[in-house]
Amino acid sequence: MSHVALRGVTRVYPGKTPVHALGPLDLELAQGEFFAVVGPSGCGKSTLLDVMAGLASPSSGEVPDGIGVVFQEDASFPWLTVHDNIAFGLRRRGAAEAEVAAQVGYAIEFMGLKEFAHAYPAQLSGGMRQRVCIARTLVLKPRLILLDEPFGALDQQTRLLMGDELLRLWRETGATILLITHSLDEAAMLADRVGVMSARPGRFLELIATGWPRSRDSTIVASESFGRLTSRIWTLLRGESLRAMGHG
Amino acid sequence: MKVSLVRWMVIVGAVGLLEILCRLGVIPNFTVIPPSAMAQSLWKILASGKFSHDIAATLVNVGIAIVSAMIAGVALGTALQGWPAARRTLDPLFATYYAVPMYAFYPLLIVIFGLGDFPQVAIGFLLAVMAVIINTLNGLDRVPAVLLKTARVHGLGFIQEAFHIRLPYAAPYVFTGFKLAVAYSFIGVIGAEFITSSRGIGYEISFAYNNFDNPVMYAMILFILLLVITVNMSLHAWEKRLLSRRRRA
Repeated sequence: MSHVALRGVTRVYPGKTPVHALGPLDLELAQGEFFAVVGPSGCGKSTLLDVMAGLASPSSGEVPDGIGVVFQEDASFPWLTVHDNIAFGLRRRGAAEAEVAAQVGYAIEFMGLKEFAHAYPAQLSGGMRQRVCIARTLVLKPRLILLDEPFGALDQQTRLLMGDELLRLWRETGATILLITHSLDEAAMLADRVGVMSARPGRFLELIATGWPRSRDSTIVASESFGRLTSRIWTLLRGESLRAMGHG
Repeated sequence: MKVSLVRWMVIVGAVGLLEILCRLGVIPNFTVIPPSAMAQSLWKILASGKFSHDIAATLVNVGIAIVSAMIAGVALGTALQGWPAARRTLDPLFATYYAVPMYAFYPLLIVIFGLGDFPQVAIGFLLAVMAVIINTLNGLDRVPAVLLKTARVHGLGFIQEAFHIRLPYAAPYVFTGFKLAVAYSFIGVIGAEFITSSRGIGYEISFAYNNFDNPVMYAMILFILLLVITVNMSLHAWEKRLLSRRRRA
């Protein structure tokens, strides 16, 4: 009954001494689930992203297609207006212009970009540009939206607010989301379940259910259970991070 | 505001000085005629329509050289960017291309193409095309990795990626190539007209020179100067307008 499933996914970089970067990894996501992946640096998070986004093929195992991606770096197209940026994927798919206009119009409104529809990315803030990228993925209605540190380049306050924004978007669109992040707080605040990855080769050590209601927002970071949750994730991660750094 | 004022003062000062020196006979009239006489002569030539055919021929040939250099240059640049082995092989050619005096090939071009407009266009094209190739490659090389990843996530192939991602991103660099192509095409075509041609602005200047016809010669030199300056300033303004939307407000 799972909506998105990874089965036995591995990735080995070939070479004189092949590097086993990932897996085997199994993951099943329910429709509308918000899943976050955290792990020590170098654990294979970006390999997981590449494999899921179709930028690299898995050495073994199955990865579903129809996955949309929002990258950490600004991926807005500087030569297109906000409207045309968001319409990009739809047009490449050959959607009728009337449908493009309707979908993009909705997404622009939804993402609070209405006044900027005809502006170019250079005239927007970093957070605004990331919204454009999210909207560009969202209008394609992918089976799963993969977010790679989407707020990594933003400052802390903007990150929290964008987190709220993301939760609202997730609730209202019913999207299934997989967030890759190095921020424990972000993972613990946003996700239904947090997958804690091991040091290389990256596997899931544990899948932790956060138990948050669907209507959550960033104010939960002040709650006691948020503290318990992050400390539990950190306990798991600490050992792995030390291993990844070569201590023990 | 202040800079442009100083700039105008320098120009007006230099032209005024030349005028005075010519009028006083410090510079004899068989060497240089006063700027006012140049302008007067040019006005008469343009009004009489005497050289209209030559001017049109030059402009058409320059236009053909520019357009063909742009098409070939962007296409070759894009192809080479997608074919690194060929690019590495051709690298020494890129590095030494402008060291080759293209005019040396003029006899060969006449042998091959005859005495029509083609040799002039070919010289203009040969000078212009490499600037377009090099600037296109430069722009294509700078496309951020994340945009290429986005292209792949959207399932774009090489050609689609070139048209929808790489070339639009590279547009400002391609425009630099375009500006150079315009300059080189003028240089190539008009220069070639000097050597062997029976019409065109370059031919008329050379003809006037051989007949000691200073009023016509200087009038046409002035015309070329004004033409090239106008074209380049328009391109510059156009480029600024295109770039303004790509830069932070």
